[in-house]
Amino acid sequence: MNSSMSMQNMIEAKGLTKKYADFVAVDGIDFVVKRGEAFGLLGPNGAGKSTTMKMIASVSKRTGGELTILGKDPNKYGPEIRAHLGVVPQQDNLDRELKVHENLFSYGRFFGLSRKFLKGKVEELLEFAQLTEKRNSKAEELSGGMKRRLTIARGLVNEPEILMLDEPTTGLDPQARHILWDRLFRLKEQGVTLVITTHYMDEAEQLCDRLIVMDKGKIMAEGSPANLIREYSSKEVLEVRFGSSRNAEVAEQLKGIGDRIEILPDRILIYSENGEADLRTILTRGLDPVTSLVRRSSLEDVFLRLTGRTLVE
Amino acid sequence: MAEAASIEQKVHKSAWQGSFKLVNVQRAITFAWMHVAEARLRTMIKWWGSMLSFGLGNPVLYLFSVGIGIGALVDSNGTNGQLGGVSYLAFLAPALLATAAIQACQDELSFPIMEGFLWDKTFFAMNATPIRGRDIMGGLLASAMVRTIFTTALYEAILLLFGAIELDAALPMFFTALLAGLAFGAGMMAASSYVKEDDGFFAIVGRFVVAPMFMFSGTFYPLESMPIYLQWIGWISPLWHGTDLGRILSYGQPQQAWVIASHWVYLTVWAAIGMTLAARKISQRLAA
Repeated sequence: MNSSMSMQNMIEAKGLTKKYADFVAVDGIDFVVKRGEAFGLLGPNGAGKSTTMKMIASVSKRTGGELTILGKDPNKYGPEIRAHLGVVPQQDNLDRELKVHENLFSYGRFFGLSRKFLKGKVEELLEFAQLTEKRNSKAEELSGGMKRRLTIARGLVNEPEILMLDEPTTGLDPQARHILWDRLFRLKEQGVTLVITTHYMDEAEQLCDRLIVMDKGKIMAEGSPANLIREYSSKEVLEVRFGSSRNAEVAEQLKGIGDRIEILPDRILIYSENGEADLRTILTRGLDPVTSLVRRSSLEDVFLRLTGRTLVE
Repeated sequence: MAEAASIEQKVHKSAWQGSFKLVNVQRAITFAWMHVAEARLRTMIKWWGSMLSFGLGNPVLYLFSVGIGIGALVDSNGTNGQLGGVSYLAFLAPALLATAAIQACQDELSFPIMEGFLWDKTFFAMNATPIRGRDIMGGLLASAMVRTIFTTALYEAILLLFGAIELDAALPMFFTALLAGLAFGAGMMAASSYVKEDDGFFAIVGRFVVAPMFMFSGTFYPLESMPIYLQWIGWISPLWHGTDLGRILSYGQPQQAWVIASHWVYLTVWAAIGMTLAARKISQRLAA
């Protein structure tokens, strides 16, 4: 494995496909993740993120295309690859009957780590997850946030080369989220490669160097958060409300303002290079919105543009 | 702030080595099933009290009520000619020993699979490490056998204490009981690995498989004294094969050589098929 330490591409996918009996979950996607990168997978429910994560985690076999992780084919070398991964699943799967410290110890043993090493490592991870005082509680007695922190700490027990986090902060309070972001940033500094899925666009903007937006098994866009915003949205967004009954009729009179206008039931979004100037134009046309707001364009705007506003169940 | 700083210091006191240095991959894979067994034993040890009382309670009750109680009646009526001339207690003891082994083993190979796939989903956590489906199967089976060995040994000690078995037959009987436990346990493990919903499967198995098997496997009277249309239950039941082997070893019940051979083969085949099916199904479900 030593030769692969110098390798730059941690994950390479080419035409990666996963078909179930009558449905294509992942439909021929290409991407590369480099060492030390924080790579994000975004997309609505059912986009194929979790299936992609399972294939990278080397547990679910691809049905088409190529996938190389740490220079190896996961269809053939699953256990060998998994020895170097840290996995934080979407749903905590702790052993409820074991105590907090036993959960970490037991998991470390699955990697064949020595008892002596684990004794120290477990203490370190308990501190990392701020669970030292809860070390002797059963996992089932922990709050949701604590369980999440324990699951994340558990994923670090083998000091993984690639840490995979499937919606890591869902269910965490804002304090815990920010602590986790800080910890993840530090791991990245240590050279750990991160692969993250999230529904929180601010989280993706904070954490990811590069990301792909998936929808219906395909990649809709790829790039850094800043580049994606530049490419798929405007610099600013002007939000104006005329009351839900008037929005549609007023929209006619807004033609020509901004790069693009989107009419929603409760408000009108004007994608613009200069929101304040456009707002003045609206006022000079004699239209007086009930409320108005100029904000920076965000990844959420990109996401909604690419994947639509319709709910996917 | 000072406190936060000290935590940071502690957290970073050990350098991050990285898994390439830290994990001995070949070793982790080779011993994977033992790591699973170790994890199971860590949980089991917390329940040792209830496991022992569950594992020994029922068989001990039968030993007293049926073996000694009904045994006195059978023996005084002089009907034990049909039992090959031994006391009823001696006739019953090998069946109870095999039952104790089967109980312990099948209990440990049913509920933990529900926990692993449905309740806690711990199998998925294991499978995120070098551990494979077949290692989970092997580890579960090994840990179940540890429990079976303890339960069977203790129960056999009780049987010895009551003079239900002879000392020199104790060791061979111990192994035939374990084999019966292994065979039925492996079958149970295979069946459990197919259970997709927590919908009372084990209650059904308990009522319609385990209970009739216990009643109709020549446990309380010789299989041959049952009507022929019920004897098949004994023939297919690992309990009868284990019990019959035990009787042969315990008090030299006469039996044809081919029947003795078929007991060994049958139990071994059950174990092998159970293990193969379980490993395959567990792997399939993990990869789905």
